[in-house]
Formats: sequence, structure tokens, C-alpha cells
Amino acid sequence: MCGIAGLIHKGASSNVGGEMTAMLQALKHRGPDSTGYAVYGEPTQGDYVMRVKVAEAEDMATGRGIHKLIEDRIAEVETILAEHDVRIKSREAPTEYSLRYVLTHGGDITEMAAQIEEAEGVEILSMGAGLELIKDLGDAADVAGLYGLNNFQGTHGIGHTRMATESDVDIRSAHPYWAFPYSDVSVVHNGQITNYWLMRRDLERKGHRFMSDCDSELLAVYTAHNLSNGISLEDSLRSSIEEIDGVFTYLVATKDQLGMAKDTMAAKPLVLYESDDLIAMASEEVAIRAILPHEIDTTDPYDEEVRVWQA
Amino acid sequence: MAGVSDEELKNMTQEERVTALGMRTDQLTGLAMRIEFDPDEVERFEYPWAPEVDFNKRTELDVDDMTSTEVNQKIRALMQEGYGTIVIKNPRGKHSLGVGILTRLRLIFEGSLGYFGVGLIDGPNVTINGRVGWSCGENMLAGTIVVEKNAGSTFGAAIRGGDLVSRGSVGSRTGIDQKGGTILVGGDTGALTGFMMQRGRMVICGNAGKNLGDSMYDGTIYIGGEIQSLGVDAVPAELTDLDKAWLTRKLTQYGLMPDKGVDHFQKIVAGRQLWNYDNLEPSEKKIIL
Repeated sequence: MCGIAGLIHKGASSNVGGEMTAMLQALKHRGPDSTGYAVYGEPTQGDYVMRVKVAEAEDMATGRGIHKLIEDRIAEVETILAEHDVRIKSREAPTEYSLRYVLTHGGDITEMAAQIEEAEGVEILSMGAGLELIKDLGDAADVAGLYGLNNFQGTHGIGHTRMATESDVDIRSAHPYWAFPYSDVSVVHNGQITNYWLMRRDLERKGHRFMSDCDSELLAVYTAHNLSNGISLEDSLRSSIEEIDGVFTYLVATKDQLGMAKDTMAAKPLVLYESDDLIAMASEEVAIRAILPHEIDTTDPYDEEVRVWQA
Repeated sequence: MAGVSDEELKNMTQEERVTALGMRTDQLTGLAMRIEFDPDEVERFEYPWAPEVDFNKRTELDVDDMTSTEVNQKIRALMQEGYGTIVIKNPRGKHSLGVGILTRLRLIFEGSLGYFGVGLIDGPNVTINGRVGWSCGENMLAGTIVVEKNAGSTFGAAIRGGDLVSRGSVGSRTGIDQKGGTILVGGDTGALTGFMMQRGRMVICGNAGKNLGDSMYDGTIYIGGEIQSLGVDAVPAELTDLDKAWLTRKLTQYGLMPDKGVDHFQKIVAGRQLWNYDNLEPSEKKIIL
């Protein structure tokens, strides 16, 4: 079933972390397996924020050996960073298996990112100037508590509560997906994509990488492919309705935009609230009500509807 | 076998045993399920077990900290106490509120409902001063539901009777599988409205999305705005004076009468090209031939 939520404040910063947590917690009944956030803070000038996972949450129960393995993997990541003349400004580890780096790097990140992911068990969750992508098993309160998200200041964000239907319950298959290697772009999706393998093989031939067997990852890769070819976010969303089969409602966030697209059958829900300074959307109204106690007007976007909002 | 012990069965005649074991064919046709209303009684429109409620007895209920189940149980408890007008405050998009009420009641929601709001009802008059999510009034048998704002998809799914009204716009698949009653929409409706509709009437004052009335068996759709496209076997029909009189009465009743009247409404009915009721299944053909 899955629940998705997104919000964008126009021209102002707010406690996006706390707001997203309230929305996602209200959607917990749509998917209790894992929860993910892609929240956008103040962009760091010239720096990248990189979120990396070096093991799965479930690996931690496999024995003492995993701790040594994790240390080795972190060392390998940092060796690759050093080889690319990247300076690590800070390193935090909210959990043993997930790390947050602030990096100073002037050049192209694509090759470096590809090399890091060649390391066994290592996946870059996100990279960008403003994007912080966090996903882990459990509900929104668990994940927000674990990663200290309740007071995160930012302009916009998207989130996801997952009920696994197409692939495993693990962080690898959890949303949001970063549009590797396109910085600051993330995707959350509710639905099933039926031409997944056709589209995946096509994109793999074009040189894109897939880290999981989750059909939603396709939307992230598809968006990255389009954006890197100079196609605007709105055009990419529009063409996806033609090219991707299945039932889907998905949200895409970039460093200053939030977009949504709904498939031709309008089979997956989305409720939309728009005002002059805040736009909020979620699978169910109950999530929007969680952050807006006063009386508001909401609408359901129709089939094939595409919208993009600027921060 | 529920309700019958072996001992009891031994003491029965063959005829009684068949009935007790539920092996009667009339049960399959639904005859045994029917509640017989006494024709001599002037009014008996309520279920025998329905609580006596008084419309003048009014109460308010703040449901902010309650779960959907608790709210529905509380409504029932209040009805047992005789309350006939219940105002629900702060529903805040909760799902399945006010479902399965089978007696007369004035139910007012001051706020918005989530999915499956006031479904499966038989008799109450419901006002919702907000919006509703998917499947509002699903399978309702009788009564009225008036939604002051927009509604989600599958508005009035499988509705069998009563009036279901949204003053705003509604989502996709409005009145899917409609089997009776009336659905009135003040604004627009999405794709596949009236999909597999079987009976009843639907009035859309605004525009409709694609595939309007797709695969409808019967029933009537009146539409005031533009139709993006008609579905399979949905065809336009002539708007008669009888239709206009009915539309005028119904729209005036709920204050939805458009400024330009009802003459511009289009009427959509089933083209009956998909009616294959007389065709035999392959296994049936074998028996006959």
C-alpha cells in the first residue's frame, strides 16, 4: 500500500523534519516496514553532504564479525574519498551502519560515487548540497529519533512509509531513492510498475546503476536520466506517465522544487493542500491534518496530473 | 453446526433437520433473510432492534484523541441513550467514521473525514462540513449525506439508495458499481465516473474526466459541463421534460441549482450493446444441446 507525503514552504525555512515526522507517523498504518525522509536544508556553499550506508540493519545481528567488516568498509570509503582529493569536513554516525559526511569537492562526483559503490555492502543514500536522505526500518518516530530529525530546519521534503510488496524489507529497498548520480534529487513512490524490467534493462544499457530490485528505484533512475539530458522536471514527470506502465503516484524533490505525477488510471491516492506559503500533499488527508490543525480546503489531483512547485 | 446439537438433531423429523442444517434452497435465494414488514402497520421503516432516538436531544462529541473504533462505539452508545442529533468535532481526516448506522439519526461532522466515511448506512441524515476521502457513502442503503467540500475517489461506490451530495469536486470512479440512489456533485468529477453502474442516477454539475459511464449496465448520468470522453457503451440520450423536472427538484433541494438552469445538461445512458444476459455459459450449452 505505502504512504507518501511531501511539503514545500515558499521562500521560508521551517521545522521540516518535525512536520514530516508528524505526517509520516499519521500514515504509519499504510506501511509499517520502513520509513524514509528526504529533507532539504540550507544549501552548503561548495560542500556536499553525503549519506552512506555500509551495512543493512538486519546484518547487525549476524555476529561480532560485522563490526570489523563495517570498519573496513568505512576505511575503504574514506580511501576512495582521499584518492579523489576530497576533504572530509565532518563525519557523523547516527547508527553504526549509516554515516553522514560533509565533503569539500570541486570536481565531478559521478566517478567518485561509482567507485564508492563498488565496495561490497556500501551504498550512497544521497549526495547533494541541501539534501539529507534518511531511511531505516521502523516507523517515523523511531527513525526521526534515531537520526535526530525532529528539529531539522529546511524548506521542503518528501517522505515515505513502506509496506513491502515488490521486494524485501531492508534499507536497500526503502524509499526515498536518490537519483544517482544527480545531486539533490530524490523520489518517493506509491504503486507498482509493471514494465519495470523492460525499462530497467533499457536504462542499464544507457549506463545507469540499480542497487535494489525495488520497482520504485526505476523512477529515481528514470528521473536522473532525464534531468542529466537537460529535460526539465515537469517534462520528465509528464513523459513518465506515457512511458511507465502500472499504477503510481510519485513525488520528486530537487534542491528547490517539488513535483508530483499521477498515472493514467488515478489508482493511487493523493490529497493536496495549497496555500500561498505552504503546499502539503499526502496519500491520506489525515497526514495533512497532522500538521495543520485549522480548517483547510484540500483536493484530489486527477488522472495524468503533473504539478511542480518552486520553493 | 452452529446452534444445533447432535442431541437436538436426533429428535427432529427429517424436514426439521434439513431446515436446522441450513440445507433449504430458499435460503440461497435470500427469502429466509427477508424481514417481513406488517402491512397493517402504518409506519415501520426501522429495524426491530433500532434504538429509539429523539432529534431534539442533541449532544457534541470531541473525537480528537479517540480512535475510529472508539468514535463509532461512542456514537452507538449515545444513540442507545436516545440522542438523535450528534455533532462530531475534530474528526481530522480519521477513517471509517459513522459507518453502519442503521436507524434515523442526525449526524453532523464539523471537519473532514478520511476513507470510507459514513459507509453502509441505512437511514441517517449526515452533514459533513469539510471534505471526505475515498469511498464516502460506500454501499449506503438509505438516508442523505451532504459533503460541503470536495470528495476523494470512488465517491458513493456501490451505493444502493439515498442521496449522496458533494458541493465541491470529486475524484475518480465516482459511483462505481452504483446500484441505486442518487449521487449529486456540484463541481467536477474524475476519470471512469459511473464505471459499471447498474441503476440509480448521478448528477454532475461540472465537467467529467475520460471514460464517463464506462461499461454501465443501466442507470442515468446527467452532466452539466464537458465530457472528456465517453466510456465503452455509454451513449447520449434525449433530455426529456420529466428529466428536467426531476433535475430541477433535486438540485433545488440541495441548493445546487446552476444559474443557467438545467436545459444544458446532457443525459448519458447505457447503449445496451454489452447486454449478453441471454447467452449461455459453455457448460449450460452442453446440457441443453
